[in-house]
Amino acid sequence: MSFDTLLQAAVLVLQFDVLLAILGGAVYGLFIGALPGLTATMATALLVPLTFYMAPLPAIALIVSSTAMAITAGDIPGALLRIPGTPASAAYTEESYAMTRAGHAGRALSIGFFFSALGGLIGATVLLMTGPLLARLALNFSSFEFFWLALLGLLTCALVSGSNPVKGGVSLAIGLLIATVGLDVTSGQPRFTFGSVELSGGVSFIPVMIGMFAFSEILRGLSGIGAADAATAATPASDGAMRPYRGILGLLKTYPLSLVRGTALGSSLGALPGVGGDLAAWIAYGVSRRFSRTPQKFGTGHPEGLIEATSANNSGLSSAWIPALVFGIPGDAVTAIAVGVLYMKGVAPGPRLFAENPVMPTSIILSFFVANLLLFPLGYFAIKAARMVLKVPRSVIVPMILLCCFLGSYAINNTLFGVGIMLVAGLVGYVMERNNFPIAPVILGLVLGPVLERNFIMSMQISRGNLTGFFERPVACGLGIFVLIVLGLTVWSAIKGRRRVMAGEPDDSLTS
Amino acid sequence: MLHVKGGSLRGAFGAAGLVLVATTGAAMADWPERAVTVIVPWSAGGGTDATARAVAAELEEKFGQPFNVVNRTGGGGLVGHSAIANAEPDGYTLGVITIESTMYEPQGLSGVTTDDYTYIGRFNADPIAVNIAADAEYDDAEGLIEAVKADPGGIAASGANRGGLSHLAWIGLLDRLDVDPAEANWVASDGSAPALQQLASGAIDVVSTSPAEAQSLVDAGEAQTVALISSERSDLYPDLPTTTEIFDIDWSPLPFRGMAGPDGIPDEVVTAVEGALEEITQDQEFRDFMASRGFSVAYQDAATFGETVKSSGEGLASAMESAGLTQ
Repeated sequence: MSFDTLLQAAVLVLQFDVLLAILGGAVYGLFIGALPGLTATMATALLVPLTFYMAPLPAIALIVSSTAMAITAGDIPGALLRIPGTPASAAYTEESYAMTRAGHAGRALSIGFFFSALGGLIGATVLLMTGPLLARLALNFSSFEFFWLALLGLLTCALVSGSNPVKGGVSLAIGLLIATVGLDVTSGQPRFTFGSVELSGGVSFIPVMIGMFAFSEILRGLSGIGAADAATAATPASDGAMRPYRGILGLLKTYPLSLVRGTALGSSLGALPGVGGDLAAWIAYGVSRRFSRTPQKFGTGHPEGLIEATSANNSGLSSAWIPALVFGIPGDAVTAIAVGVLYMKGVAPGPRLFAENPVMPTSIILSFFVANLLLFPLGYFAIKAARMVLKVPRSVIVPMILLCCFLGSYAINNTLFGVGIMLVAGLVGYVMERNNFPIAPVILGLVLGPVLERNFIMSMQISRGNLTGFFERPVACGLGIFVLIVLGLTVWSAIKGRRRVMAGEPDDSLTS
Repeated sequence: MLHVKGGSLRGAFGAAGLVLVATTGAAMADWPERAVTVIVPWSAGGGTDATARAVAAELEEKFGQPFNVVNRTGGGGLVGHSAIANAEPDGYTLGVITIESTMYEPQGLSGVTTDDYTYIGRFNADPIAVNIAADAEYDDAEGLIEAVKADPGGIAASGANRGGLSHLAWIGLLDRLDVDPAEANWVASDGSAPALQQLASGAIDVVSTSPAEAQSLVDAGEAQTVALISSERSDLYPDLPTTTEIFDIDWSPLPFRGMAGPDGIPDEVVTAVEGALEEITQDQEFRDFMASRGFSVAYQDAATFGETVKSSGEGLASAMESAGLTQ
């Protein structure tokens, strides 16, 4: 990346129409993302017709900034109403909602916006320097390596499931089992569909997520269990608690390592097509808890894991563009749509784009940079506005949440089937929570289950049924040994904890 | 009751679409009097979605009513394809169908048969190509096939799910070259993108997918396209030889994209959309768009399209049978 290219790209991005597109995309993304149940993918898909009438760079800048904003804004309903905006934000929804219930909604939102923006800025900077190199590395990952990474993601379940790992394991198993519903990729045969065509498409995680988190919370409120919590949530400790970015620099000073680790994880994992983005936030949250000096505080509204996961989330976003731009392999739905728009504009992604027209990819990364800068001021207004949401009486906000639950689960595939899934998931979630089974691992299993299964089956087909294939490629071997060590340590500490309990010693993991 | 609710909600979404696209609003006595839904069985951003949206935009211009593209994904396209077939045959729900619509029945999946549609017209057909790694020991189709013959299980190929079109195209080719399809090693993947990633990482040897999708990797010097599994050369890739030329065989599984509606939609709708499609496929702007994405424009009228669908369905069913995929 020469300085000349950077300068030319900067000139392009600082044009009025591009900046306008970035601002427009950011405001639009903020609204879509803040509406519970509406996703960044949906935000992008709705923009496509509009891009027909735009020049290439503003068109892509529009998509880039609306995605960055929608993903970050997805944390707002997560923190305020317990409706995660993306599967990635499901990793830390419990944490930020706990913070809101403790009367620190402003703090939860400030952390979300501030560290997302920082993560995004650092991620974009890393990309500017290492983009094509990172893409080259990512291309060396085959199903063998993806399998180990997905397994590592599942292991974080032990870390995100709170005080009781066994119940967390049960929740994870439920998620993994739901993930098996649908047409099996390998054989093309329907599994657990009971003859339903809709079920042959599998159970989408969005309605499940909305149902398990949001709808079950409404049920809790109705049955009176959550009434006390709701009362505290509706009355923030004081107006001062809602002052945006208050005390945020203090947090930055206290947890600098979380920010660094989070962005490093996000930038590197995000570059892996297909699995990166969602995995990064989960692994970051797990890593944060593992290495924290105060792991017992996690899940009670502790900022440390939030900082790490939310910065991983946004730094992974920009990395996801790299395999799409360099090799035309889109990592997720958003980049797939964006690649389509690029083609439509006569800009074919590929290495030639970097060789012949490096200004274009550089400008895309720069627009990402600008969009993340915008997160600071827009986040300020969003947090101010959020205060009003919390002041709305419960009798008004509950029907609105319910409406959002219905709309969001309907819009995912434009069928009432999604609404049905949402309602069932809500009931199941309610029963699970009444019996102290954590919900986040269900989503983790549902998201990673198919990734794990597909890559396992692909690998077994490639190695023709030979399990040692998982250790034959150097990177896979390294990852495999690492995962097995983590697995061994997890089991070991669980056994040790159990022995301690049996010996009658007090164990802090069972007191909460 | 549920159905009525769905209708009104869909209406609400349609109305949102109306505001977005700002129609001419002129009252028309004939079809279409209101917004038309176009169901796409594949996800937003993919090739089918992109072409469907381009066609819908042109239809919207021609008929002065919104043509709302709705993605109904899942089950290898089965969900969306059956949604088109089971829609109300009033001409206000149409869809873009792909070759997969012919493959569910022989696979024993309920929901859709080729008799469940009213065929309106085809606008695109692109052959599947054989792509191999740039650093493979062979650099043409003959070399590859020799390697397969020497060790059928040793060459891992991918590009789609088992029983998917990429798979059938590949084993159909092997079958005609006297390689037992049951011995070939097919790595089931969820579409061509993960398969290409596997090819680039050196884990597999062959990806059968459209040359357009492999283009970026070919440019990067990671992969090479060696032949089209087709009996005719493509306008967009005139230098690519076909398997028919190389091996003197007859095997041409041509994936298509075309408009269709549920069985029994009014004739006036078919005639109107068929005519519009013919004009659209001759429109230079549309042709340019298709070429820019690496898609060829290949129009067929309603009757021909219907025949093409049924005959390619039969060819694929026999390929499935030879691989033991039929039920």
